[in-house]
Amino acid sequence: MNPNQPPPPPNWPDRLLNWLVAPHLREEVLGDIHERYALRVQRLGERKARRTYWREVLAYVRPRFIKRKPQAYPNPLITDMLRNYIKTAWRHLAKNKGYSFINISGLAVGMAVAISIGLWVWDELSFDRYHENYDRIVQVAQHGTVNGETWTGSSLPYPLGTELKTKYPNDFKRVLKAWRIQDHILAVGDNKLSITGEFIESEAPDMLTLDMLKGTRAGLQELNSILLSASAAKALFGDADPMGKVVKINNAMDAKVTGVYQDLPHNTEFHQVKFFAPWNLYVSANTWIKEQSWFNNFIQTYAELQPNVDVDKLSAKIKDIKHKNLGDNKEQLAFNFQIFLHPMSKWHLYSDFDKQGNNNGGFIQYVWLFSIIGAFVLLLACINFMNLSTARSDKRAKEVGIRKAVGSVRRQLIGQFFSESFLVVILAFGVAIGLVALTINWFNQLADKQMTILWENPYFWLFSLCFILITGLLAGSYPALYLSGFQPIKVLKGTFRVGRLAAIPRKVLVVVQFAVSVTLIIGTIIVYRQIQYAKNRPVGYNREGLLQVRMAADDFYTKFDVLRQELKNTGVVFETAQSASRATELWSNNGGFEWTGKDPSLQADFGTLTVSPEYGKTVGWQFVAGRDFSRDFASDSAGFVVNEAAVKFMGLQKPVGEIIRRDGQPFRIVGVIKDMVMTSPFEPVHPTIFFLRGPLNWINIKIKPNVAASDALPKIESVFKKVIPSVPFDYDFVDQEYAEKFEAEERIGTLAGIFAALAIFISCLGLFGLASFVAEQRTKEIGVRKVLGASVFNLWRLLSKDFVLLVIVAFVIATPIAWYFLNNWLQKYTYRTDISWWIFAVAGGGALLITLLTVSYQAIKAALVNPVKSLRSE
Amino acid sequence: MRRSDLGEFEEVVLLAVAVLSPKAYSVVIAEELERETGQTVSTGAVHAALQRLEQKGYLRSELGEATPERGGRRKRLFTVTALGGRVLNDVRSVRNRLWERIVPQTILKWS
Repeated sequence: MNPNQPPPPPNWPDRLLNWLVAPHLREEVLGDIHERYALRVQRLGERKARRTYWREVLAYVRPRFIKRKPQAYPNPLITDMLRNYIKTAWRHLAKNKGYSFINISGLAVGMAVAISIGLWVWDELSFDRYHENYDRIVQVAQHGTVNGETWTGSSLPYPLGTELKTKYPNDFKRVLKAWRIQDHILAVGDNKLSITGEFIESEAPDMLTLDMLKGTRAGLQELNSILLSASAAKALFGDADPMGKVVKINNAMDAKVTGVYQDLPHNTEFHQVKFFAPWNLYVSANTWIKEQSWFNNFIQTYAELQPNVDVDKLSAKIKDIKHKNLGDNKEQLAFNFQIFLHPMSKWHLYSDFDKQGNNNGGFIQYVWLFSIIGAFVLLLACINFMNLSTARSDKRAKEVGIRKAVGSVRRQLIGQFFSESFLVVILAFGVAIGLVALTINWFNQLADKQMTILWENPYFWLFSLCFILITGLLAGSYPALYLSGFQPIKVLKGTFRVGRLAAIPRKVLVVVQFAVSVTLIIGTIIVYRQIQYAKNRPVGYNREGLLQVRMAADDFYTKFDVLRQELKNTGVVFETAQSASRATELWSNNGGFEWTGKDPSLQADFGTLTVSPEYGKTVGWQFVAGRDFSRDFASDSAGFVVNEAAVKFMGLQKPVGEIIRRDGQPFRIVGVIKDMVMTSPFEPVHPTIFFLRGPLNWINIKIKPNVAASDALPKIESVFKKVIPSVPFDYDFVDQEYAEKFEAEERIGTLAGIFAALAIFISCLGLFGLASFVAEQRTKEIGVRKVLGASVFNLWRLLSKDFVLLVIVAFVIATPIAWYFLNNWLQKYTYRTDISWWIFAVAGGGALLITLLTVSYQAIKAALVNPVKSLRSE
Repeated sequence: MRRSDLGEFEEVVLLAVAVLSPKAYSVVIAEELERETGQTVSTGAVHAALQRLEQKGYLRSELGEATPERGGRRKRLFTVTALGGRVLNDVRSVRNRLWERIVPQTILKWS
């Protein structure tokens, strides 16, 4: 070996130091250690030199050598370059007004949708959080099993609350019995109003942490007391001080106002409650309540748990508490009642139970659905931005080339394109906030909400910031990374061509856009079809001109016959009848029925409704067999009218005349009616029995068919005022009540329709931009073709073909996806429409038509241009 | 002039640069100090001291020629500035004055 060429030192320190030592010191440092090594090798030999080498290397590991030399020039990104970027971006926007408009408006609409949906989701997720004891409030509920199917309900027996409180004092802080939330008549002097309220035990204000404006939360401890919400106090007393004044409830109970609380916000379960009155007051006026045993389910029970009590564990602990108290009542025991606790955090969003009694979601599904739709609509808007930027990359390629040639590095170009996209996004965000502020009232109406833009909520701004950041990155990433990758030499030499492959991602994005839009269209059509299907369902009675009035005071019971006669005398009323509940509800379920040929293991659980003999005539029952109740037959008090579902359930061949025993007493079926839809129009009709014995709570009034409701109402009202002056005339129309059953579905349908329309709008905006770009790019080609004899139709076909193809691909992708999701959605309903092929055909055809309209405008415009103009300049 | 900003090692390095001038760079200085003191001295430590001295204005540097042992890398050559020379003189005279005041018997006792 050449003695002048000593063996090179080990490799690793070089690499370590190369990475560690600041660039401007690397040369001398590495030179030094190599020279030193060489000297050591000469003096001590290679082995020893190697051994001491690491110490030499480590001597350089100190901040002095690692610290990078500060840059000689200030970092231009922060100020000057950024200003320059924004300036160029602004000039580009101003130069291409059409594209800028498409970009900003599309993005703004997409963002406005996303913000609105975001506010809506926030509102849903913050439901009930107003209550400070949110985590500890529960509602007691039960599961029961009938013929293998489990139902879930919150009506509970009277003794349960006390039993829970005394048996588990360490788990429950308070257990409160309550009557169901309903309208009551509050009267102050002559001012009588029907106000929604709740009778609940006295600790409720503490549990719900009511915000007291006057008085204290202890206000319900006296028997004759009432807490009014601010709005109820205003309605009853105007501006006068309500404290200490007396309110008469339902013309039966006197209550002194002991407090006024701030109305509960709209996104709480108790928001309808405008007054709280003591449970004991209600019991004192309805003494029958105290006599009820474990067998009767009719009251609500709320509870607040002690701190650190686990809801699920406690639920498991108390589940048999009712079952154990049923004694040896076989029929009740057969229901296998399971008591459980439903926590407040699940009341609103997780309120559904399946037929095994498992909590299977509820409204949360819609929260998810709309979150996803919001994200997709935003994505569509981002796709527009990406597509238009990349499509126009040809134009900007030269700029990129020159920038690179004069020294821009790729990072700076990426920065430039991102600042461009962020400028657009921030402008769009401003427009979007404006749009939301303009439309929020309308959206509130649509969604039945009271949302506001959360100007003062830091989370809102944090979310908005993230939102801008994500959208900006999402929308800007493709152009920024794609355009900045161009090679300057190719671009400037003119050999650069955006190849066929470059258009593929663009096409994929268009397909995604249209797949989403078509899916939304199909979804909207099917939701509407389902609503229409259920609306067209035969309801088994006649809703038209049918009024119902709650018998809210004792006077109704004593004066009903007078009332009926007076109403008849007006000449506008066809018939008046009483019933236990409304025609649109079925409150009561009973067992204990026996008939010949009954399978002993069958649990005979029927819906039951007490009616007066004229009820059938009033609501327009349609008889399949037998006859209606009549006052002419005294024996009808031991008669039943049943519906077809009940006949089917009992398996009777000749139902009329059959004897059915209820708790041992014989009843005779006098008539069979067509199924009357009383509960959900999407569910099968319950087997129901109608009879004459029992409590009556509602008055049903049928207006004569040839009399307009507007003419009849004043006359009916004057009769009520005359006969029962103590109670305000408060009525519902049955057809309106019935229509409310579709509210949830209709709301979803409307929202889905709006979002589908917006999705299509945004997609078409993008398509319009792309089409105009393609037309512009092919101006010369079109000119040449025209010169050679192509017709306008030929050219139109040429330009439209590509887009139509994309939409067809999108349709093919969207069809199975839409089918899958909507089929799942429809499974929820027992009574449901089928998904027929024409829905897909309509959606696909519609999308195609809209596409053609959008593209044709540009195509025909391009095709009509005089070739002389397009070919003149070369 | 603040005298305290010249550490002991720095002083020795500064002196070595003066001795080896005009061919003073970290490797030869480290070698020289090793020979004089009999202790291992790493180039890294010397280099760091040189940089500190340069910052203080006692040294100035330029890049010299490359040699094959260095893998073709250039070396950084250091020379003492006028300020550096004055500081060295100051240090020396302080030491000398003190030395001169030591009674000869005391020195005899050490040896």
